[in-house]
Amino acid sequence: MITLQNICKTFRVAKRQAGFGHAVKALFSREYELVHALQDVSFRIYDGEMVGYIGPNGAGKSTTIKIMCGILTPDSGVCDVDGRTPWRERVAHVREIGVVFGQRSQLWWDVPIIDSFELIRDIYKVENRLFQNTLDELAALLDLGEILKTPARSLSHGQRMRCEIAASLLHQPKTLFLDEPTIGLDATAKIAFRQFIKKLNAEHGTTVILTTHDMQDIEALTGRILLIGNGRILLDGSLADLKKHASESKTLIVEYVGAMPALCDGMTLSEAKEGRIVVTVDPSALSVSDAIIRLAAQTELLDVSVSGASSEEMVAALYKEYRI
Amino acid sequence: MRLYLKFFSLHLKSQMQYKTSFFLTALGQFLGAFTSFLGIYFMFMRFHTLEDFSFGQALLCFAVILMAYTMAEMLGRGFDLFPQMLGNGEFDRALVRPMNIVFQVLAAKMDFSRFGRLMQAILVFCYAIPNSGVVWTGDKILTLCLMVTCGSLVFFGLFLVYAAFSFFTVEGLEFMNVFTDGGREFGRYPFSVYGKNILRFLTFVIPLALFQYYPLLYLLDREQSVLYMLLPLVALLFLLPCYAFFRLGLRRYKSTGS
Repeated sequence: MITLQNICKTFRVAKRQAGFGHAVKALFSREYELVHALQDVSFRIYDGEMVGYIGPNGAGKSTTIKIMCGILTPDSGVCDVDGRTPWRERVAHVREIGVVFGQRSQLWWDVPIIDSFELIRDIYKVENRLFQNTLDELAALLDLGEILKTPARSLSHGQRMRCEIAASLLHQPKTLFLDEPTIGLDATAKIAFRQFIKKLNAEHGTTVILTTHDMQDIEALTGRILLIGNGRILLDGSLADLKKHASESKTLIVEYVGAMPALCDGMTLSEAKEGRIVVTVDPSALSVSDAIIRLAAQTELLDVSVSGASSEEMVAALYKEYRI
Repeated sequence: MRLYLKFFSLHLKSQMQYKTSFFLTALGQFLGAFTSFLGIYFMFMRFHTLEDFSFGQALLCFAVILMAYTMAEMLGRGFDLFPQMLGNGEFDRALVRPMNIVFQVLAAKMDFSRFGRLMQAILVFCYAIPNSGVVWTGDKILTLCLMVTCGSLVFFGLFLVYAAFSFFTVEGLEFMNVFTDGGREFGRYPFSVYGKNILRFLTFVIPLALFQYYPLLYLLDREQSVLYMLLPLVALLFLLPCYAFFRLGLRRYKSTGS
């Protein structure tokens, strides 16, 4: 179980204005600005949970992850991961966690992947038989096979990412931190990645904490969302809770022949082209079926599609709501 | 130790992927050090002795410093490239591994192309050992070994300080090169030739003289005391503040993250 209680973290950032004069001035006296990266962050994550940690850039996601991994020491507050304080018992702590930084590699560039893996085995002192079993399992699930004999530099980004994930799991960590793991992956690779993480969680009960900007990751994987903005936890709940915050309005995309239908109250036109309109319907004023009936009465409809706000839009709306 | 060898072989494997580049760099290293050698050579062509040290004796100094420095640099390259490791997040990766940090930085980078310089040091030793006028007995050989190994550890300590500084600032680290590269260049001659104050500084503050000048006196039978032979070991005390400083930097890194 991971417990964070009233974690605060403030950075001192040197302020510097553009221009030569200021650069010279900065040599002698520097002005510092305090950035409150985390303010009073508290949450609890139970064993086997999958949690999506979202928020705009600079909201404090990475800082929180770094604290939970033992890389950073917070100014105040308590962080407890399975009874350990990460920054005090770094070595004991990191043995039990796996970390994937989506944008930084842990593989050796010029030697076959398997060499990197064996080095990791030795670093974590994983027993050989256990290692072989884990490796076989991971290789089968992530379809590594031939890739293992190839140096990292000749792999595609997707292949390398699969190896990164495998590398973080060779010591069978109880908790897996994924920091923007799907960045730059193509659609197939993303889907395969999500399936793998789901399976890992179901079969091994691994706790997964995931930061991402890809809302589909969140939708596919996590039952729970933590939203952080300006260093505060703004929302802790399920995707459904998130949806409640977002506006309920529906979008109708209508294709028709003939004259453009007139709109009535509760409908707003957001896009109009010859033969195609996009209408936003406010369900509190007009039900979706009524809206369709109204439109159909006026002209011949070829195609109608109805959609709610996408999770991307919901998050954007949330960011707006909290002004972050 | 086994793990270190594992890292060692991986580095070797990696660098052998680019053989041409490897040998060209090694050649460059050799030639670079060779100009220093020529410097000494021409100096002695003209003056014959330097503060009553002969050519062969000065070369002994040169070879000790060159070998010590090169070994430290070859194996401790990680500390030399440390600011880079901090910048690209490689160091964060090290922090999530269950291993000693200094060991990891040490193992993270090794640069074998320095072996060009190492070859040169060996060649110079081949010349200097018979031509320095030293009567090579068991204790003299031991002294020479101590000079080289302790010397490389002291240089390593300097690299450690350099790395520790990069926790605090990314700019202005060049001044450390005065001691590392500078130590290598000035160490071509026995440190006494630079005057009393410099010698004092290099004895008590940054103990480069402890593994170069003093044991050299012992080799040349100018000092009989065993103390002079063991001074290189005393120089290792220098590693303690270096390590402490590194830990301090690490503490700060963990609280600032930059």
